[in-house]
Amino acid sequence: MSEVILRTEGLCKHFGGLQATHEVSLSFERGVTHGILGPNGAGKTTLINLLSGELAPSSGKIFFKDYDITQATSDKVSRIGIGRSFQKTNIFADFTCFQNCWVGAQSRLSSSMRFIRPARHLREVHRRTDRALQLCGLAERRNIQASSMSYGEQRQLEIGMMLATEPELLLLDEPLAGMGSEESLKITELLKELAKEHTLILIEHDMDAVFAVADRLTVMVNGAELETGDVAQIRNSTAVQEAYLGSSEDAA
Amino acid sequence: MYTLTRPILIFLCLGVAALVLFPLVGSEFYVGLLIRIMILSIFAISLDLLIGYTGLISFGHAAFFGIGGYTLAIFFQDADSINFWIALVLVLSCSALVALLVGWISIRASGVYFIMLTLAFAQMFYYFFFESPDFGGDDGIFLFSKPEILIGSTSLIDLEDEHNFYYFVLAWMVAVYLILSMILKAPFGHVIVAIKANESRVRALGYPVQRYKLVSFVIAGTLAGIAGFLEAAHTGYVTPAYLGWHESGIVMVIVILGGMGTLFGPILGAFVIVLLQDFLPNFTEHWQLLMGGIIIAVVLFLPKGIAGLLYRLSNRLFTSKEYADVSQNSGDTPATVDVREQSL
Ligand SMILES: Nc1ncnc2c1ncn2[C@@H]1O[C@H](COP(=O)(O)OP(=O)(O)OP(=O)(O)O)[C@@H](O)[C@H]1O
Ligand SMILES: [Mg+2]
Repeated sequence: MSEVILRTEGLCKHFGGLQATHEVSLSFERGVTHGILGPNGAGKTTLINLLSGELAPSSGKIFFKDYDITQATSDKVSRIGIGRSFQKTNIFADFTCFQNCWVGAQSRLSSSMRFIRPARHLREVHRRTDRALQLCGLAERRNIQASSMSYGEQRQLEIGMMLATEPELLLLDEPLAGMGSEESLKITELLKELAKEHTLILIEHDMDAVFAVADRLTVMVNGAELETGDVAQIRNSTAVQEAYLGSSEDAA
Repeated sequence: MYTLTRPILIFLCLGVAALVLFPLVGSEFYVGLLIRIMILSIFAISLDLLIGYTGLISFGHAAFFGIGGYTLAIFFQDADSINFWIALVLVLSCSALVALLVGWISIRASGVYFIMLTLAFAQMFYYFFFESPDFGGDDGIFLFSKPEILIGSTSLIDLEDEHNFYYFVLAWMVAVYLILSMILKAPFGHVIVAIKANESRVRALGYPVQRYKLVSFVIAGTLAGIAGFLEAAHTGYVTPAYLGWHESGIVMVIVILGGMGTLFGPILGAFVIVLLQDFLPNFTEHWQLLMGGIIIAVVLFLPKGIAGLLYRLSNRLFTSKEYADVSQNSGDTPATVDVREQSL
């Protein structure tokens, strides 16, 4: 069995009386793409927010390669190599694509507390920015202001910014949400490509994409883990069918 | 998020040239007035770093202006002469230290609470000096000589001469402008501009956001301290009014009227405000009303201030060729300083 890169122990988060995350203990292995499924409000985004340091857990622990990162803030989590993309597009609307990715790429300097030399002379940051734009498919759109792009392109940029930080572990919160079918296919291909060299934790409602990319799946309901297994196991699980897959097919 | 387009760069260079030549033709009165304006410009540019670039709306920026002035006055009130270098080091360190303290506490709050905290700090300093007989109380402190800039034992420039003082302040204004432009083009500048746009995303990308905000606050406070130091040296006295909320308000009006996030806008704002204060009373005794009306009109009809108006004019006059140039350049040059404001 391969090495566990990220692990949670009895993770809980409540908002007032609402249990958004309930006793979640999961292990994510290096190199394995781990999909997280669940109906709306199941607590998927909350889980990602806990892992990325955006929220502090009410109780429980998070370990990244044996480091306890339970209390780490999102900047620290990013710096140790965990990147995340947001479900609700979270970009710098007035910046161009290039500038959006630049902020991500520049964050890998040992410090940006540099006051004298113009940033544009930083070759390494340039390279990372260009690479991120290339990967997310926006190389041609580099000088377009983010707010003037289509929603789908903004979603691509969302991923590009994360990639610019060159993370080892990627937390992807519904990367395909709101994309057209053509863009969706492109990004699914990108995810497959990224999965070769990275560890991915992927929340996605698009089942085709999940089944195409993920190796393992966890189904969440009401903040708790319902079942975890490989793709075939989850597809055939009756509990999962009832709780999630079944109901979403009914809805469709 | 403004680039200096070529027409605006030319406009600014002409402006500086005009300021260089002015004492040769202008009256003593206007030389004095311009010194005041240029000092106010330095103060306003420093606030622009906070409001226009970092997204920190400080309503207590006069605190640092006052600390700069009082540092000079307190250390040299009984001295026969003022050594400029010693005074400068004292002013820089005192205003930086106070800014570090005020900033360290204030950046814990955001939005309207940040505004309240900075205002409260400034008022505390105001009452401290107002009620301290040792520091002159409400009368303030008088200074009896101008700083002497000595290199070895020779004086570099005699600041007792008003024209010399004028050029001294002009040099400071240009220097502060250039220093801030440099900082904004450097990696640090890219981070604070991004913080203003979307703070939580900057944090999620791996930056310790609070630290950047604090450093920006300290830089702005220190530069405001220099402005206060120059003002005290020029007028020869400091009073608690230096740190009053009226002063904080005026400088904020100057930044907004001039165009925040442009650095040169606040300089234009300082010129416009002070010259209006000077001219309007000639026409009507209700000039304060008129002044209020002008400010309202600018805010309503020139949302990006005077600087925004200049951008619009220069875009119209110098048509599409400039646009082509810019889009070619910006391919290789990132972030902040390189985007032409799209809506203009
Ligand atoms: N900051 C918050 N404060 C209060 N309640 C919250 C907060 N964030 C999430 N919740 C609640 O927690 C529950 C889980 O929300 P979450 O966003 O994690 O679900 P999700 O699985 O991502 O859903 P979706 O598929 O719609 O994105 C929901 O009931 C939501 O209303
Ligand atoms: Mg969600």
